[in-house]
Amino acid sequence: MIINFEHKQAAHCENGVTSNILNYNGINLSEAMVFGIGSGLFYSYLPFVKVNNAPGFSYRTLPGWIFGRVAKRLGFSIVRKKYSDANKAMSELDNLLEMGKPVGLQVGVYHLTYFPDPYRFHFNAHNIVVYGKEDNEYLISDPVMERPTRLTDNELNRVRFAKGVFAPKGHLYYPTKLSNDYNLEKAVKKGINRTASDMLNNPLPLFGIRGIKTVSKVIRKMPEKLGNKKASLYLGQIVRMQEEIGTGGAGFRFIFAAFLQEAAEIVNKRSFIELSNEMTIIGDKWREFAVMASRNCKDRAKPEESYNSIADIVRDIADKEEILFKKLLKEIK
Amino acid sequence: MEKNLVPQDDENFFQGKTRDLCYATDETGKYTTVLSSGWEPKNIVFRQAWNEINKSIEITHQKVIAGDLSPIAFYMEKNLMDIKLLSEYMEISKRHVKKHLLPSEFGKLNNETLEKYAEIFNISIEELIKVL
Repeated sequence: MIINFEHKQAAHCENGVTSNILNYNGINLSEAMVFGIGSGLFYSYLPFVKVNNAPGFSYRTLPGWIFGRVAKRLGFSIVRKKYSDANKAMSELDNLLEMGKPVGLQVGVYHLTYFPDPYRFHFNAHNIVVYGKEDNEYLISDPVMERPTRLTDNELNRVRFAKGVFAPKGHLYYPTKLSNDYNLEKAVKKGINRTASDMLNNPLPLFGIRGIKTVSKVIRKMPEKLGNKKASLYLGQIVRMQEEIGTGGAGFRFIFAAFLQEAAEIVNKRSFIELSNEMTIIGDKWREFAVMASRNCKDRAKPEESYNSIADIVRDIADKEEILFKKLLKEIK
Repeated sequence: MEKNLVPQDDENFFQGKTRDLCYATDETGKYTTVLSSGWEPKNIVFRQAWNEINKSIEITHQKVIAGDLSPIAFYMEKNLMDIKLLSEYMEISKRHVKKHLLPSEFGKLNNETLEKYAEIFNISIEELIKVL
């Protein structure tokens, strides 16, 4: 059973799964449009969640939310299932494939045999599409991979039942009740409104613009508080979580800029092109930050860049994003 | 970022299996996508993270050789797991996993338990028993 499914590579897994599955069902939305409508862009500083002994950072919204919000804003439903029984999880997947449905799966990255080894961490919120089965192998469209791949029964079972934080528990999903009768302009505005309000209005100093400002302060104090060695590891973590496959911070800013460009025509606003350019500049700033921060990760004892100047860049990014999202909110009112 | 500035600093972190899709602007300022084989800052922090991990694995390895810890401690570390995660895979309590990290307790494990550990670590029982 092979479904005629088009694999299109994406920068981020959930965007890619959403865009590719919708495309299969006759709704053509680019990765950037899915990201914008699904309000994928966010910022979180999670000092209490330790990843490899350093605090967590996230540049996106929670796993599953992008697809969920796109569904809500385009007016279709999503069937989601989790399983305690692995056999049932596999047989129900087989049944759906027999019915000709490509299926989205949440999986753990660590046991993905086709993934490059250096990227294999215990991260369980990865998304792939299964679009067929041939000679006991499942045909996999993993949006962050250049080409479609395959997994055996055992291999697929393993990643579907990975353990730990965000354990997928066999989680599968697919859209239903799709219709072409949706209001794209309204969906775009809702997506922007949510992204901008989440970035501007979260009262906690860990999220959105306030979160970025906090991280700037944290970086400023890093060397005296942590010592050069630990400071270097923490900085490395920020950059890694920014630039890992499918979670890129700068990358997300560029995708959002691409979205604003596409959205300009849909909402018929020239000003969006200018805002897109501003977002591109912000993305470039995030990259500049990564360049500087990584210099302090080469030799852990001797920082090449001053922590103050690294903190300044992050603060500048926070201010620029704040201005941009305020303008965006005004534009869609 | 402009299209022609998308970095191609390949240090084989992708092992030839894939490349990163990047969004960048073309000559007219319009967004397009370009594949990137790697980026120096990212390579640096990846190397840093893996050096840390490998150092820690080697320390545990030495402790196993010295007889202070059981091979399970080594394979746990090698699989980037901690006691909590391993206990979830084993479907036993953290306290039990902790006990199994001691060489004396490891010697008492039955075949069934060893089999399960070996399966989780994706190795044979023979490999599990003789770590060195």
